[in-house]
Amino acid sequence: MVDAVTHRYPSGALAVENINLDIKGGEIIALLGPSGCGKTTLLRIIAGFIAQSQGRIIIGDDIVDALPPNRRAVGIVFQNYALFPHLTVTENVAYGLAARGIDKATRQREAQRLLELVQLPSMAERLPRQLSGGQQQRVALARALAIKPSILLLDEPFAALDKNLRLDMQIEVKRLQRVSGITTLIVTHDQEEALSMADRVAVLSHGKLEQFGSPSDVYDRPQTLFVNTFVGSSNRMPGVVVSADRTAAKVRLDAGAEIVARPAGGALSEGGRVTVCIRPEHLQFVGDETGFAGVVGMSLPLGATVVHEVTTADGSGVKISQARIGETRALENGAAVRLAPLAPSLANAFPATL
Amino acid sequence: MGTAPASRDVTSYGMGLAAPLALFFLVFFVAPLLQLLWLSLHNDTAALHWGLGQYLHFLTDPFSLSVLGSTLLLGAEVTLVCLVLGFPIAWLYQRVGPRLQTIIILIVLLPLLTSVVVRTFAWIVILGRQGIINATLQSLGIIDTPLKLLYTQFGVVIALAQVQMPLMTLPLITALGRIDPNLDDASCSLGAGSWRTFFRIVLPLSLPGVIAGCTLTYAAAITAFITQSLIGGGQMLFMPMYLYQQASTLQNWPFASAISIIFLLAVLAVVSVFTTLGRMSRGYGGA
Repeated sequence: MVDAVTHRYPSGALAVENINLDIKGGEIIALLGPSGCGKTTLLRIIAGFIAQSQGRIIIGDDIVDALPPNRRAVGIVFQNYALFPHLTVTENVAYGLAARGIDKATRQREAQRLLELVQLPSMAERLPRQLSGGQQQRVALARALAIKPSILLLDEPFAALDKNLRLDMQIEVKRLQRVSGITTLIVTHDQEEALSMADRVAVLSHGKLEQFGSPSDVYDRPQTLFVNTFVGSSNRMPGVVVSADRTAAKVRLDAGAEIVARPAGGALSEGGRVTVCIRPEHLQFVGDETGFAGVVGMSLPLGATVVHEVTTADGSGVKISQARIGETRALENGAAVRLAPLAPSLANAFPATL
Repeated sequence: MGTAPASRDVTSYGMGLAAPLALFFLVFFVAPLLQLLWLSLHNDTAALHWGLGQYLHFLTDPFSLSVLGSTLLLGAEVTLVCLVLGFPIAWLYQRVGPRLQTIIILIVLLPLLTSVVVRTFAWIVILGRQGIINATLQSLGIIDTPLKLLYTQFGVVIALAQVQMPLMTLPLITALGRIDPNLDDASCSLGAGSWRTFFRIVLPLSLPGVIAGCTLTYAAAITAFITQSLIGGGQMLFMPMYLYQQASTLQNWPFASAISIIFLLAVLAVVSVFTTLGRMSRGYGGA
């Protein structure tokens, strides 16, 4: 559990600001954010490499702030794996056990068991540089799991792997996590990774926690404009609130047309400027006079979906993606169309920031 | 097909470019060395009679052997002092900010920017009977009579260690800089304390630098004529001075040549031991 943690750089700049994360045992949590958002700093604070300026880190029932990293029982898999290049795979995995003064026979047995767990028993006597990237990562996982940590931290674990291998390793990590039941924290800037792997996602921006919720919460019910635009892709359409209550707001878009949107970031005031976010897959072409008008620019067939770029009356571009079911209506460049959201709950209105 | 002639060109260029230096070495290094060998194989000072007499003389003379032994020992002591004192500096260098790094590099390199003679005379001022150390200790009342520091093995080792320090620290800084800092963190997070991390991770991974530094320091320390003779004075005799006396004062060129060859072989033997160790540890550096 991360309790109100704030960290300032010596220069006084805030690295992370007042972050609270209550993590349940056995959960996979993703810390998601663009580079420089403080997610790695937070990870290093939890691991004990950085002492936070304020707040507490609680693991289980213990406040671990006073403990150095080597006494926190935190397992870390580094982005570049940081395997010891001069030690064999077995020695790498057994390293943490040796540091705990466990006898050699037990160490060997335990290392062998972990290598079987990560499906690398035949590589035991190799040096790390003789392994592929995916194999090195498995060794790094085995090494971190060997010390039976109470929490496992993964720092951008899949960034160095190519796309196919990445998916394999994501499945592998999820399988290992299920088997061991260990609480896991993944730091990533890859939203697909965060959404597919994590039980809950914490979205960070500029050192602040923007939202902490399930992947579907974060994707479907974003609480801030940042979350809405950072996670998935989104059309941002400016407009003015015509009327609003707690559950629905009528917004007049600058692009023309009045639509009903969900006030996502708290109450909206009538007459105030808002930004409405609608995902490309939540827009549809409409035949009648509802929705807003636009002119089709470019159409990109992306396999399962086709993305059309539409220029609206106020000159801004909007993307709409359509599933390719049966025959898709062919759209000429310059065709006049009208667009509307699929449902009011799929358009999120946020107070406009100037 | 297209690249093969091009790559052959590149290698022949390389040979051509190295030729001037090769010629230089041939004329000014290999030739004198052969002359030295030729001289050493004569039994008389006029170099008229062939024989192994000079070598037999050296190898059966306890005095000559003791000079050789004390010189090799001196090199080992200086190397050890440099390693023990230099390692922390190199380690510190990798852990401080850029501004402090500049200062450390400056301090490490500064000795190289002043003449060896100047540095050695500075040590005479420090170590002498009325020198800084003795004066300080006496004024503090710690000692009554001045300590004998100058003209002792201790003095020579300390002065040489300071003079040769950059040769140890620079390779160490390079070697330590190549170690991924995450390895430190990884070791720590796995439960290892600082000492275990140092002996199991940092030291093994820095071995190539340690061996390079030791080789350079050792070779420089045992051949350091000026520092050895000025700090050692007349009572401490090491190979370079012994050699100088035989050649210059006694005009016994064949014997001096034999001493040179024996000294050269002794140094080569020690250096090749270091190199072999280096080759064995090379596997560590990569990955």
